[in-house]
Amino acid sequence: MHINTVSSEKTLDLYTRMLRIRRFEEQVGTLFGQGQLPGFVHLYVGEEAVGAGVCAALRDDDYIVSTHRGHGHVLAKGGDMNRMMAELFGKATGYCKGKGGSMHIADFSIGMLGACGIVGGGLPVAVGAGLSAWYRGTDQVSVSFFGDGAANEGSFHESLNMASAMKLPVIFVCENNQYGEFTPAIKAMNIRDIADRAAGYGIPGVIVDGTDALAMYEAAEAAVARARSGQGPTLIEAKTHRKGGHAEGEKAFLGGGEYRLPEELMAMEANDPIAKLHRIVMTSNLVASDDLEELDQQITQAVVDAVAFARSSPDPALESLYEDMWA
Amino acid sequence: MMREIYYNQALREALHEEMNRDPCVFVMGEDIGLYGGVFKVTEGLLAAFGPQRVRETPISENGFVGAAVGASMTGMRPVVELMFADFAYVAADSIFNQAAKMRSMSGGRVTVPLVIRTQQGGGRGNGAQHSQSLEAMFAHIPGIKVVLPSTPYDAKGLLKSAIRDENPVVFIEHKLLYSTRGLVPDDEYTLPIGQADIKRPGSDVTIITYSRCVLQALAVATQLAEEGIDVEVLDLRSLVPLDRNSVLASARKTGRVVVVHEAHRFCGVGAEIAALIQEEAWDELHAPVRRVTAKDVPIPVAPSLEQAVLPQEHDIMAAVRCLMSDNKNCS
Repeated sequence: MHINTVSSEKTLDLYTRMLRIRRFEEQVGTLFGQGQLPGFVHLYVGEEAVGAGVCAALRDDDYIVSTHRGHGHVLAKGGDMNRMMAELFGKATGYCKGKGGSMHIADFSIGMLGACGIVGGGLPVAVGAGLSAWYRGTDQVSVSFFGDGAANEGSFHESLNMASAMKLPVIFVCENNQYGEFTPAIKAMNIRDIADRAAGYGIPGVIVDGTDALAMYEAAEAAVARARSGQGPTLIEAKTHRKGGHAEGEKAFLGGGEYRLPEELMAMEANDPIAKLHRIVMTSNLVASDDLEELDQQITQAVVDAVAFARSSPDPALESLYEDMWA
Repeated sequence: MMREIYYNQALREALHEEMNRDPCVFVMGEDIGLYGGVFKVTEGLLAAFGPQRVRETPISENGFVGAAVGASMTGMRPVVELMFADFAYVAADSIFNQAAKMRSMSGGRVTVPLVIRTQQGGGRGNGAQHSQSLEAMFAHIPGIKVVLPSTPYDAKGLLKSAIRDENPVVFIEHKLLYSTRGLVPDDEYTLPIGQADIKRPGSDVTIITYSRCVLQALAVATQLAEEGIDVEVLDLRSLVPLDRNSVLASARKTGRVVVVHEAHRFCGVGAEIAALIQEEAWDELHAPVRRVTAKDVPIPVAPSLEQAVLPQEHDIMAAVRCLMSDNKNCS
């Protein structure tokens, strides 16, 4: 068990961020199953501690660039449930007016530069945001979230090398959830730890238990401090797992075939990041059990409200089709 | 006052002036500092602006174009140099999936004021991976402006506008144009992107073209004038936005159109222009629109073969004569 040196306030903050993600994603899964959402949906359930831990170590004006599994990052950075849910429904009130959808949600007011439908596509963009902060003389940092699959894309190599060579304030957070789409990561590479690759770029590579929100927060704090003080990038490998599949509804794609072992799913259940932090909060007597229950109810209600907001929102007008392409 | 300068000098002046004007502008690319770029466009900028604003990159085209996208989304105005247009395929994700779509995908909540300068074209025996003309690739994907200047005057004025544009602009130079000369004003000026330019007015046939082929078209027009054929040369200057009005006005005026480009024929810009004209000005045409383009094979190195693949002046001349003849089967 991680020895908790994180303040009570921050611990509760982490718990809140994670629970917001969990309850939102559970609802999204249900809605998708009911056929109410267009397109693909990739849920962040099981990985909440990574996004929450990292974003809790950031300022509002710091940047993040996300992945196709991006809802959790938006919420972790302080995003709005209503606008995100509306975007998932493809409504005019959504973050991107219905043009982006699940894989392209962005909120520039909180430094969330966008989810990205291309595996590895976001890493260079995050490097650019770090470069921009450097040019403008701010001490903002830029975080690139990506998965184990993206670590095998050329853009991973180019981005880590460039950020290191230019000593840019970028934090690379690899969410190693053990699967690149449907292929186990261990089959796709001949190393166990992606963090080992950091050595090839002359930057620190840190392995963190990605189901431990407190450990994630502390690792991110160290990497952020390093980046902010001009010492360059860090690669954090968060060992995590996704509770669901690559995408919702994937059994249909696979013809019902199994590719994950029952014992693996059981181990994952025993290692649930929210249950883990819940135990810490309770054993440290940070808050009363009733308070956590009330927090859960509030968040659950906010999700219900977000669905109602999305449902009652208008579809984008056809006239908006040619809007917003050119500035 | 006007003075005669080289095409690459005109581009350099544009970069220099815009970097002086706006501290958010910086240039980035391979060997653009000490070496001055392989076509010497950025020569002297390192001494003037230092290594931060003239940023040399690793040979990581997708990486540094993607970084330019991120920088442009967060307050900077990067001008990246892709040494050869052929390398755009290496940077394809950053160009086509990221830069082109960021604004639209976000519902218009972000701007991407990014310029990708590159050069293309054959004629130097550089082979199939360093001689391609890729403008149709860029023009096909919504969200990127595509500019191809043919003269030093256009190059300078359009590059300055591209840098000030809030949208991603692919700015395509031609490797055989860098050493051409032309008149450029001493005083500062810009040219609007999206306006074609009649480089030579004429009444019998319109040659619609851009980039280096403008020079070939003008040479052809001069020769044909001796035969009494009055050729108009319309330089598109940009493909996105396309100056449809100028295309249609010239087509209606002469009733005979040849589209000339150095890119391959199949699914090329010539097909698009021909379709536009037949859709909008069919009744005013005296003959079908003809195309003079590169042949549909990878560009070979042997000079004899390369010349055979790329459009030559005699090919353009033949197409114009064909349009002026009564023989509908000529080519």
